[in-house]
Amino acid sequence: MRGRGYETVKVAAEIAVPIAIVVIWELWARSADSQFWPPPSKILQEFNDLWVFEQFRSDVVPSLMRILLGFGIGSAIGVAIGVPLGMSLWARKFAMPHIEYWRAMPPPALLPISVLLLHSIGNLQKVSFIAFFCIFPVLLNTIDGVRGLDPTLVDTARAYGIPAHERIRRIVLPAAFPQISAGMRISLSLAVIIMVVAEYFSSTSGVGYVLLISKNTFQLGPMWAAILLIGVIGYVLNLAYLLAERRMLAWHRGWRAATPQ
Amino acid sequence: MASATQETAAGHLPGPEPAAPEAGGRRLSGILVFVLSFAFAMAFWQVFSASGVVREQDLPSMTATMGELWGLVQTGSFWAAFLQTARGWAIGLGLATLLAVPIGFVLGLSDLAGRAFRVPVEFLRPIPSAALIPLLFLTLGPTLESEVFLAAFGAFWPILVQTMYGVRDVDPVAIDTARSFGVPTRERLWRITLPSAVPYIATGMRIASAVALILAFTAELFMGTPGLGKLLNYAQSYGLTTQLYALALATGVLGVCTHVLFTAAERRALRWHPSQRGEAA
Amino acid sequence: MLEIRDVAKSYGSGSKVTHALRSISFSIAERELVCVVGPSGCGKTTLLKCIAGLLRPTRGDVLLHGELVTAPPEEMAVVFQDYNRSLMPWSTVRNNVLLPLRHKKLAREERTRLVEEALEAVGLTRFIDHYPWQLSGGMQQRVAIARALAYQPSILLMDEPFASVDAQTRGDLEDLVLRVRDEFGITILFVTHDIDESVYLSDRIVVLTHAPTVVKEVVGVELPSPRDQIATKELSEFASQRAYVYRLIKHDTTAPDPSTLVGEGLHE
Repeated sequence: MRGRGYETVKVAAEIAVPIAIVVIWELWARSADSQFWPPPSKILQEFNDLWVFEQFRSDVVPSLMRILLGFGIGSAIGVAIGVPLGMSLWARKFAMPHIEYWRAMPPPALLPISVLLLHSIGNLQKVSFIAFFCIFPVLLNTIDGVRGLDPTLVDTARAYGIPAHERIRRIVLPAAFPQISAGMRISLSLAVIIMVVAEYFSSTSGVGYVLLISKNTFQLGPMWAAILLIGVIGYVLNLAYLLAERRMLAWHRGWRAATPQ
Repeated sequence: MASATQETAAGHLPGPEPAAPEAGGRRLSGILVFVLSFAFAMAFWQVFSASGVVREQDLPSMTATMGELWGLVQTGSFWAAFLQTARGWAIGLGLATLLAVPIGFVLGLSDLAGRAFRVPVEFLRPIPSAALIPLLFLTLGPTLESEVFLAAFGAFWPILVQTMYGVRDVDPVAIDTARSFGVPTRERLWRITLPSAVPYIATGMRIASAVALILAFTAELFMGTPGLGKLLNYAQSYGLTTQLYALALATGVLGVCTHVLFTAAERRALRWHPSQRGEAA
Repeated sequence: MLEIRDVAKSYGSGSKVTHALRSISFSIAERELVCVVGPSGCGKTTLLKCIAGLLRPTRGDVLLHGELVTAPPEEMAVVFQDYNRSLMPWSTVRNNVLLPLRHKKLAREERTRLVEEALEAVGLTRFIDHYPWQLSGGMQQRVAIARALAYQPSILLMDEPFASVDAQTRGDLEDLVLRVRDEFGITILFVTHDIDESVYLSDRIVVLTHAPTVVKEVVGVELPSPRDQIATKELSEFASQRAYVYRLIKHDTTAPDPSTLVGEGLHE
């Protein structure tokens, strides 16, 4: 089957299937009447009650702040370390064992330690915990981006005697930026997950905290609403980042399109 | 969503390197640097903890922690927990692979199916599996099933997405050539599409492996499913700080092992595929 | 002005050594346009990089105005073959040309003036705020040349700059180089594999042997100035000069004969 008829079928499917899934879920959940699996309509209602805008200020905002701060700080550190490591072979050799170890460490394993070392379960602990793990995707990608710097560009910079700080600012960083940006996108998703885990473990506010409380009080409605919200946060942040990235990397797309590979 | 950028593959990309001494000497110097680096970190830790910047009860000395770790490694209960975590990881990852690869094939090959399920996939993908922990706790309880389900759920999506990418990225010229020679569909899938998709699947499994381990461990930490996470929780509850650190380090080692395993597998799969591979977040 | 003395470059050591350049010696006077040609793989780019201070020769010296070159000298600019990789795709043409000027002690108006003048000299004023990849290959190479010009070097090194450009554009760019030399009084060292190009452009041609490379001969070009793509190439002298150089390269089996070395300033 080819042609416009087939295309219409595909578009119809694209619309119909999600709707069908939701409808089926609604019907099944209503008939099953289990407290564990509320129908979508009820979840949306809980979502509305809880987040729009009842507990927005008290829980969503702190969570978002922690995500963004942790992501921002982690990315900045990742780039700051990644550039010198990318440029120096021996520094890289020396640092790599440690980087490989910490990037493979499952974040929850360090949760108790982070609480212990920082003597708190407040924002400082959360943000530093998130920031720490956000460093690695950005760090690794920065290293690769810097290493991949075109030798002709390097020669050009040397031939014109461009000093190191100008080189880094105007050549190394922009050249590595597409790669760095990919790392940052990963870090952002990571930040969301780590935020949830960190708040669930020990917190007095935030979406993860709501998740924990609703479990403890056996309230499935808020629990599902929290799950939904976390998904929405992840989705929206990722989308926002992609849009920002698209603008920042417009030159990259244009250049790749114009260059025969 | 495909983009022109990619995550670091396996931590190293083949790139321009300055002239290095021949292979034997390089390996030796590599090992030397590794050992030096490790020794340096250990020494730094010892000095730092001795300096008193952080209290002894918050940060045990390197020697104390290593001693504790050595002690742990000799107990059966530690290894039981270690293997329990590994088991949850392995089964979760295996399950995810068994489901995600075939489904990924179908969704990748059939434009109709791919588009029909695009919205559900895009919607479910970003949900952090960790958020499902309370739900699992209340329904399935602190069991192996919960842990496996959680790990599998998290591992499913990267493998699915990468499989779809891989299937779609098959060189159309190769397919057309096979078609014009009358090669039947099943042969085409087996001999062209599958090998072409394997590097992508390998990347997906590397990502999924890390996700599965984190989730298996998290399930143990929060729900009390048997494993390293449960031991860690126990150590925290009873204020066994040195053990806390030792267990965290051991978990890191498990993480490195699984990472190295799948990175090596990915590299082998990559050998046949010279192209760049993009990654979904 | 520029003297290359017994420059040699080898890679590796022991039994695995490769001698890219065995011994290169020649010199260039002020305002001369000298081309370097040779068979493929004879190390022309290596030589250029040694002269530019980007590579350290294994032996020998490069002297610019009597001073030893150990790092890229300030009065020297380089134009590379691969314009796509030497221009920054994230910057506009203006900022690309501006980059080498940023660290020079100049007032902002002075920098802007230099950039605009350089772009006008290569005929790209209209594209000053475009991105390099929006331009054609020939135009991109002009940007690279403008960048070199704005830098105000006294000597310009060019490494097969027109090899990646189509033939017709190449002619325009060759004339641009000649014009730039006349207008700005720059000394130019031009590496190329295109023999016609070398004869068309040069005052003298340094012909290299295959590896391990030495100077086979330095040929003086006896053609009238100003050069013209049609008129000059119609002359019988052009054909005979071209043939001479071609033979030197094609039949390169013997060692160089010192008595045939032509050119001034060889023993400064």
